[in-house]
Amino acid sequence: MTKDEHKEGIGGMANPRRYGIERVAYLLMRLSGLGLLAYFVAHIYETSNILRGQVGWDELLEMTSTTEGHIILSIVIGMCVFHTVNGIRVMLGHGGVGVGKPARPDYPYEPASQNYRHKIGIYSAIVLAAFAMMYGLAVMFGE
Amino acid sequence: MAQVSSIAEEQASTPLSSSKSITLRISRYNPKHDDSSVFMEFTVPYQKWTTVLEAILDVKKHFDHSVAVRYSCRQATCGSCGMMINGKPKLACFTKISELNSDVITVEPMSNFPIIRDLAVKFERMFETHHKIKPYLIRDDTELESDAKEFLQSPKEVEQYIQFANCIKCGLCNSACPTMATDSSFVGPQALAQAYRYVADSRDKGKDSRLKMIDEPHGIWRCHFAGSCSQVCPKGVDPAMGIQLLRGYLLGFRS
Amino acid sequence: MKIHYGTAIAAVALVAVHVLMRLTQGFAESLEYESVLANYKFVPYAIMLELILVLLSIHGFNGLRVILLELKQGRIYEKAVSYGCLAAMIGLIAYGSRTIIVVNMGLV
Repeated sequence: MTKDEHKEGIGGMANPRRYGIERVAYLLMRLSGLGLLAYFVAHIYETSNILRGQVGWDELLEMTSTTEGHIILSIVIGMCVFHTVNGIRVMLGHGGVGVGKPARPDYPYEPASQNYRHKIGIYSAIVLAAFAMMYGLAVMFGE
Repeated sequence: MAQVSSIAEEQASTPLSSSKSITLRISRYNPKHDDSSVFMEFTVPYQKWTTVLEAILDVKKHFDHSVAVRYSCRQATCGSCGMMINGKPKLACFTKISELNSDVITVEPMSNFPIIRDLAVKFERMFETHHKIKPYLIRDDTELESDAKEFLQSPKEVEQYIQFANCIKCGLCNSACPTMATDSSFVGPQALAQAYRYVADSRDKGKDSRLKMIDEPHGIWRCHFAGSCSQVCPKGVDPAMGIQLLRGYLLGFRS
Repeated sequence: MKIHYGTAIAAVALVAVHVLMRLTQGFAESLEYESVLANYKFVPYAIMLELILVLLSIHGFNGLRVILLELKQGRIYEKAVSYGCLAAMIGLIAYGSRTIIVVNMGLV
């Protein structure tokens, strides 16, 4: 990518403000994916502490069972739920499910693929992620 | 720094009667000798029906004839006047100033296309990718043979692709696409939607060769169904739908 | 991308079981040393953990590869990203598998 190509670059790709909720979902999908990968690597590392025996494991639990640890885990839960629900929506869309049927377009040319089914899917993913985060916080702080 | 002009100051040779006016900010850039773009501001009167293209042409007529802009039909048919209008790709001839609900209108060259000068961009790569997907009917026989008949289609068969045949190659979809914003090798929504247009045509026999062409690292799999292409299409082509239906063939959902 | 879809669907089902195991046992109790050890030693559960490890490693690093390939292009860069992600994926699977196998065999 060169300056001559006049590409929008990462700023344009990651700008969620111009093209509706679908573009917000696109950005959140990427961010949650990267966040989950980071957590996954960290999780593999933290669980390997069990090889250090009970002392090592208890040290790890002590380190992660903090307010900050619980908040991070609740964010991970939210990312996981959003990535899953929105991922199912995207996968169905990629297979041509729920994207509408080709037809003669009429003015004002509302795109059939950007329909209410997919919008409901995106809002559901956000709402479910929020609920899962709250449930996670209730479980972690309730004990 | 932006340069400011207005019709009152310039004492326009052609009198324009309008009670309303907007500030039109035009991006000026010549890659041959400029390091970066600058905005020039013009105060332009407008009527309810005035389009952004007409406002730009007013500027060319009354203030600065050197503003570079490409246009032709003025009725959203030729696909020449695509540009960023207040940050979103639109056809200047198809966008009324009164519909923008803004006193300041900023016009810039379309993103993701190399700039020729000011508002005019190069379409070479888009035409290359369009050409790459073989945008014509592929079959062994031809209607031109003396004893051959027309390739008849039912209305239902026509409906499968007619929407995608409305593409005017204006490039707005490629400009809005998030993958195109960073991926210089991506085929792009315009070409992919056209690939579907021919694959879905009952007269065409080139499905396998087209699918093979787009099933590559920077092909159809780089589309993530963000749908921005469909939201900006001025002709209702809905490239996002075409791409997902096309992908259905590769995933085995369609045959 | 087909592998991306496949690993995603399979991982969703298995991760759901993995999370439900935490919740049904009680979150804090399920994380106690003896409980975790028992989980690892239960062969079907250990196999499930191994499957999750493999599926999510493939899905995660392939996703990262896709994002990186879209950010920048070039033959050398693209090869470096692909092989780098493959190496990271194999490394993570090996590291995670070591934990599962060692604990499952009672070598802790």
